[in-house]
Amino acid sequence: MEKITTIEGVAVPFRRSNVDTDQIIPAVFLKRVTKTGFDDALFHAWRQDPDFILNRREYQGAKVLIAGPDFGTGSSREHAVWALRDFGFRAVISPRFADIFRGNSGKQGLLTGVVDEQTVERLWERIEAEPGMNATVDLVAQTVTVGDLTVPFEIDDYTRWRLLEGLDDIGLTLRDEARITEFETTRESWRPRTLPIR
Amino acid sequence: MSIVSQPETTPAADAHIPERPRTLAEKVWDAHLVAKGENGEPDLIYIDLHLVHEVTSPQAFDGLRQAGRPVRRPDLTIATEDHNTPTIGIDRPIADLTSRTQIETLRRNAEEFGIRLHSLGDIEQGIVHVVGPQLGLTMPGITVVCGDSHTSTHGAFGAMAFGIGTSEVEHVLATQTLPLKPFKTMAITVEGELRPGVTAKDIILAVIAKIGTGGGQGYVLEYRGSAIRALSMEGRMTICNMSIEAGARAGMVAPDETTYTYVKGRPHAPEGEDWDAAVAYWNTLATDEGAAFDAEVFIDANELEPFVTWGTNPGQGVSLSQTVPDPSAFSDHNERAAAERALEYMDLEAGTPMKDIKVDAVFMGSCTNSRIEDLRAFASIVKGQKKADHVRVMVVPGSARVRIEAEAEGLDKVFTEFGAEWRFAGCSMCLGMNPDQLAPGERCASTSNRNFEGRQGKGGRTHLVSPLVAAATAIRGTLSSPWDLIEGAN
Repeated sequence: MEKITTIEGVAVPFRRSNVDTDQIIPAVFLKRVTKTGFDDALFHAWRQDPDFILNRREYQGAKVLIAGPDFGTGSSREHAVWALRDFGFRAVISPRFADIFRGNSGKQGLLTGVVDEQTVERLWERIEAEPGMNATVDLVAQTVTVGDLTVPFEIDDYTRWRLLEGLDDIGLTLRDEARITEFETTRESWRPRTLPIR
Repeated sequence: MSIVSQPETTPAADAHIPERPRTLAEKVWDAHLVAKGENGEPDLIYIDLHLVHEVTSPQAFDGLRQAGRPVRRPDLTIATEDHNTPTIGIDRPIADLTSRTQIETLRRNAEEFGIRLHSLGDIEQGIVHVVGPQLGLTMPGITVVCGDSHTSTHGAFGAMAFGIGTSEVEHVLATQTLPLKPFKTMAITVEGELRPGVTAKDIILAVIAKIGTGGGQGYVLEYRGSAIRALSMEGRMTICNMSIEAGARAGMVAPDETTYTYVKGRPHAPEGEDWDAAVAYWNTLATDEGAAFDAEVFIDANELEPFVTWGTNPGQGVSLSQTVPDPSAFSDHNERAAAERALEYMDLEAGTPMKDIKVDAVFMGSCTNSRIEDLRAFASIVKGQKKADHVRVMVVPGSARVRIEAEAEGLDKVFTEFGAEWRFAGCSMCLGMNPDQLAPGERCASTSNRNFEGRQGKGGRTHLVSPLVAAATAIRGTLSSPWDLIEGAN
């Protein structure tokens, strides 16, 4: 995974709450067996509306999505993260993320920063005053800057460290492989086994 | 302290078990601790059972191949085909080429990595969350994961079960563990007695309406109280299934005799001495007296009525006797905006009685409500009746076995004589990924779990309901409670 320190690019003031992963990418696009090529599927239903914010010229090439609370609820589909990433987004800022979505993002190098609702409102107002302006998301300082407005965001220390270092989870876990093997020797015989088939 | 009374079979990692009363969720967590995280690192948790399906696994298997890693424990892994599969003409090749490719990819991966797979047409095929419990693989005190958010279903057995993303699927395939931060715990206490016609589905829809779609974020929910104890395993599964709709990754119910009776004798249930050891351990799992939850919610079961959603997230629900709410009544501006958008999408006007809303379709199925008891409940209302002329009714069993069981009881005849379509097992019209979908603008009373925009097909409109409400609605053609049929009035 690529190391992340700062992300700079066009910021989208996404005035919607409860954006579920069915909206981020409808199920019909989940049939592909690849991990890329989902950019066309992002917000597919909403993008049919020519006035939808991502269709507006000033927000082309956007990298930072600033959304209302409860972003990424519902289905566990990691395709939602792949679609955001394929479209060009590198960071999402919201007052609250669904747990599975936030976890998936951290594993795929999509930064999720938490700020409170009032702060999101300030960010929205600042960007709407100058549509198409850049935001800078600084993972080292844990801040988002749009123009003269700089606000702190929260991200858990472990995810932040992994993103800064670009670390792969499986590799990290396999450092503990001896402990996994040891744990398995204590596993009781009543616990389920799928094989042999009974 | 509770740990003193635990049998010797309790796994290692005792050094990490705190000397204080613990909740059910904490006990299961502690028993799966491979390594305790230090300095802000997550704990490493062992996974007892990994369920796999075709949609969220292909990229995970690709990752293994690229890294040259095997599946660590094929004997703790099982796969089935459910999301893409058609529910008619299952003996023919799948018409949709991308769906067919995805299914074929799972078959190739299962063969290459030595994983047990139940394919379309196999007697054990079905929705992954119906298959696990049915085979006796789901049992108390274990950890269960699947690349599907409704994995919370298995918590009904007193298991710690939660949905994961594809990166985590790959992680579990490679290591049989997951790095996880401990969850907070929330007690959802439901006391009292449900009135006839009110079911587990109405309890969980009321819970979600109360705490909101984000209310459970970061928590494991433990459902407790007399109304939960009185539920069957099917009812408990319905409730735990929708924990994710309240934002919680997992929901749990402490195991009891109802649980043991359900598990015992199933193909993969423990036998003989193993069974005795398991039950002795399972009996220690219930939350200790004096254990503290991080949050508590109370629901009065006596007050509950049949419930229904009006909006586009599962928290937007009311009792069926109420009206479509007025967005201006919401004090929170985000909720108000969401309600306005929802009413526009749903083509509803504030103040309309819910029971005046006419539907085009009724869907009876999904991992929430497709088990034999759900089908019996639906059949109990529609038996000897005819569906409303304008309504299309689909009944989809959760697994091939449920289908066989239903047919042995003659339920298929009840459904077809009613005018419903009786289908083969799968996720079907829950998620708009297979041929079973709503047309744009169509309105459906659905026993599934999500009423998101376009969830059941682009432009489709979903009202989440219980099997009993679905049945009454199919008869009357408008959203209806079973009470409306008894009263005969209205």
